[in-house]
Amino acid sequence: MNGWRRRGDRLVATVDRQEAAILRGLVGQILDMLETRAAEAPEDELAELTGIRVGPPTAPEDPILSRLLPDFHRLDRASPTKQDRDSAAALRSLHEPTLLDTKTGAAAAVLVTCPPDGGTIRLTSDQAEEWLAALNDVRLALGTALDLTEDMPDELPEDDPRSTHLSVYHWLTWVQESLVAVVSA
Amino acid sequence: MTTPVEQERTQVEPVSGQERPWLTIVWNDPVNLMSYVTYVFQKVFGYSRDKATRLMLDVHHKGRAIVSSGSKDEVELHVAKLHAAGLWATMQHES
Repeated sequence: MNGWRRRGDRLVATVDRQEAAILRGLVGQILDMLETRAAEAPEDELAELTGIRVGPPTAPEDPILSRLLPDFHRLDRASPTKQDRDSAAALRSLHEPTLLDTKTGAAAAVLVTCPPDGGTIRLTSDQAEEWLAALNDVRLALGTALDLTEDMPDELPEDDPRSTHLSVYHWLTWVQESLVAVVSA
Repeated sequence: MTTPVEQERTQVEPVSGQERPWLTIVWNDPVNLMSYVTYVFQKVFGYSRDKATRLMLDVHHKGRAIVSSGSKDEVELHVAKLHAAGLWATMQHES
């Protein structure tokens, strides 16, 4: 990949087979995680009756999913109030189904537009938005898994088990940065 | 001279009645790109690039920034949009 360019009303980039496989593999994993979470939503007769979907009231235990689906209030600090906890639970139930739809939609858009064997990616503006969000989700997931901090070195020693993943993370950062630059130019 | 946070507070949307407004807070995290966060602020709030950049730098340097304020419903919608973009956002009542 040599970065994104604007061609008329499309955003264009070329990926080789390996790059396509990495992108599709990671985005596919996020999609699986999100769909699993969506399937865990409580069955609710009232929701079926009203058509108003409700999600689970509590944050996912998995740290990656929990980062992708944040609380509406800070509950990770010392002694959050009962009011905050109750409000966060209600807001999560209300908003999580839509958030999951948005995120799975973005991931699916990447899988549709990224050719499995490599080649040219051509995106409309709307698809570019979805790519930005999906790339960001993959980076959030990897960043969480790598326990990334702001003072993490750019490269880890080769014998560090995280070293390959950190390289992939940096590559995704570059792909996203390049797309932001073209979209906001 | 005012600090960026104070400049921001002068631009909060008026809230009807005596109710304390709700605030949208964005927290710093080590993953989100500075350019992307600026872009999201422009897109979600319609802020100028200058204003969006200033808020992004506040998040980056101070660990958090108040990026909007308003009624509970408005702020709830803002937080939901920021979550969709992958930002770490929460809401709280102005204290």
